[in-house]
Amino acid sequence: MTILVLGLVLGGTYALLALGLTIQYGIARIMNLAYGEMTLAAAFVLVFLFNQLGLPPLLSILFVAPAGYVTGWLLYTVMMRPLVARSGGGGKLELDSILATFGLLFVVQGLLLLFFGSNFTSISYLDRGVSVFGVTVALNRLIAFAVCIVAGGGLALALTRTRWGLIMRAVALTPGSAPLVGIDVTRVARQAFALGTALAAIGGTSVAMYQTFSATDGVVFTMKALVIVIMGGVGNVPGALAAGFALGLIETFVATVIDPGLTLAATFAIFLIVLLWRPEGLFGRRA
Amino acid sequence: MIALGVALVGLVALAALPFYLSDYGLGLMIGMAGYVTLASAWALFSGQTRYISLATVAFYGVGAYTIAVLNETMAYPAALACAGLIGAGLALLVGLSTLRLSGIYFVIFTFGLAELVRQVITWFEVNVTGTLGRYIFLDITAREIYWQLLALGAFTIALTAWIMRRRLGLALRVIGDDETVAAHSGIDLARTKLTAFVLSATIITLAGAISSPRWTYVEPLIVFNPNVSFLTVIMALLGGANRLWGPLFGAVPLFLLFEWLSVQFPDTYPVILGLLFIGVVFLLPDGILGGLARLTGRNGKAAR
Repeated sequence: MTILVLGLVLGGTYALLALGLTIQYGIARIMNLAYGEMTLAAAFVLVFLFNQLGLPPLLSILFVAPAGYVTGWLLYTVMMRPLVARSGGGGKLELDSILATFGLLFVVQGLLLLFFGSNFTSISYLDRGVSVFGVTVALNRLIAFAVCIVAGGGLALALTRTRWGLIMRAVALTPGSAPLVGIDVTRVARQAFALGTALAAIGGTSVAMYQTFSATDGVVFTMKALVIVIMGGVGNVPGALAAGFALGLIETFVATVIDPGLTLAATFAIFLIVLLWRPEGLFGRRA
Repeated sequence: MIALGVALVGLVALAALPFYLSDYGLGLMIGMAGYVTLASAWALFSGQTRYISLATVAFYGVGAYTIAVLNETMAYPAALACAGLIGAGLALLVGLSTLRLSGIYFVIFTFGLAELVRQVITWFEVNVTGTLGRYIFLDITAREIYWQLLALGAFTIALTAWIMRRRLGLALRVIGDDETVAAHSGIDLARTKLTAFVLSATIITLAGAISSPRWTYVEPLIVFNPNVSFLTVIMALLGGANRLWGPLFGAVPLFLLFEWLSVQFPDTYPVILGLLFIGVVFLLPDGILGGLARLTGRNGKAAR
């Protein structure tokens, strides 16, 4: 039961992170290796606001999420758009975006190290226990979970129920034919990339609320989000959500029952199994 | 033939260099030889096929760590052979599980591989052997390390040149250009990619193993430094990853630049590195040699 509750809480954060990444990769077609760094940047900003200004984390989300959107928007306009234009819609974009964001990873990580140092950071915010189904969970974890559910669920609904979501999914499915029905693919891709960055930022705030992290942890977050995206099927929003919770559960199980030092190994093991068994994703259709 | 002669004379001159250099100069040459080897070995697979491997340091670190573990129980050549075998085995495992699928899975897998290997070794050392950090006491001088790295680097470039003239090299280039076409012309995709990847990873592992005595003290955080992966990729890209001499031309100037930067700007160094990397991706997609070839090609046409 403990594993179940804690696993679901952790899975909420993972699901949200994976959602942002799957939108960036599925719709904007940018494989963003600096994704975890965006998450960490938001986490550090939240800690900074909390420690220096005493701003409550829930309030700072209202500031961090739009800031993430603007950052993503600028990044796409300045950095990714020229790459998209250069590739002419071919497979070269994937290669270029991987390389460019790999460079970006080091820039952001370097900036984080410069401003916040390389120490492990955490805040103590609402750190008192609450009983959930007989399991004591820290209140901050529950709040982080609620944030993830609201943001992730809201977005999943918007994507499946609204006209805006329909346009997004159209571009994800066939970027080539979307212009034929009057969709501005560039605009949609830019929106998707910005939205993905905003989700990374919200995920980062939820990480900061209950986890200890350091400036060099970005790779791990990116890796986990990537594995979830593959598990759920690229561009598949409900798949990413489900796979996120699954990974949270498995990781909590490994950490409690076997050893906390092996969580990343567990992630990789799952990745391997998915690759060998169903490379199109657990919830994807076979090509 | 002339090119071969020039290369051989250059190699002999480089081999004689330690007799005229200070300790600092020799240290620089070791670093440079190491990165030329890494970048060339990286390009042997990734440059030809355009499958970007971000796991250089995973193999490099495995090589160094193998020596650290085995240097007390085994003779140095035997430990070196073990390191090579372990590197090849790891590459085979990674390649077999990802190279049969589309390129993106390979990139993702290699992206986290170094961190995975680092965490697993740390876990193993803490929980099973009970030690974290090992010492390497080997009776190997800096000169000997330099000569070994020089030999490995020369071997890598020679191997690349040889492969590029053979069916394997042609197959790799076709895969890099268009994988569907490659499959239709009867190339065994998985086997071709796997061969090149294992070769490249084994050389990288050996480079790590040879460089390891320079550290004396080794622990996972030191040998799995992500900067190594990063530098290797940017060096190969700057020079031109699909050309024989490209990685060398990228590695030498960048290594010197990085040495200077890390002394001058120890704090902002990673940021500058990242910006430089992005700059290379944007401005020189084909590398220096590719850019030069395009430039001279254009001029040649204009003259006619």
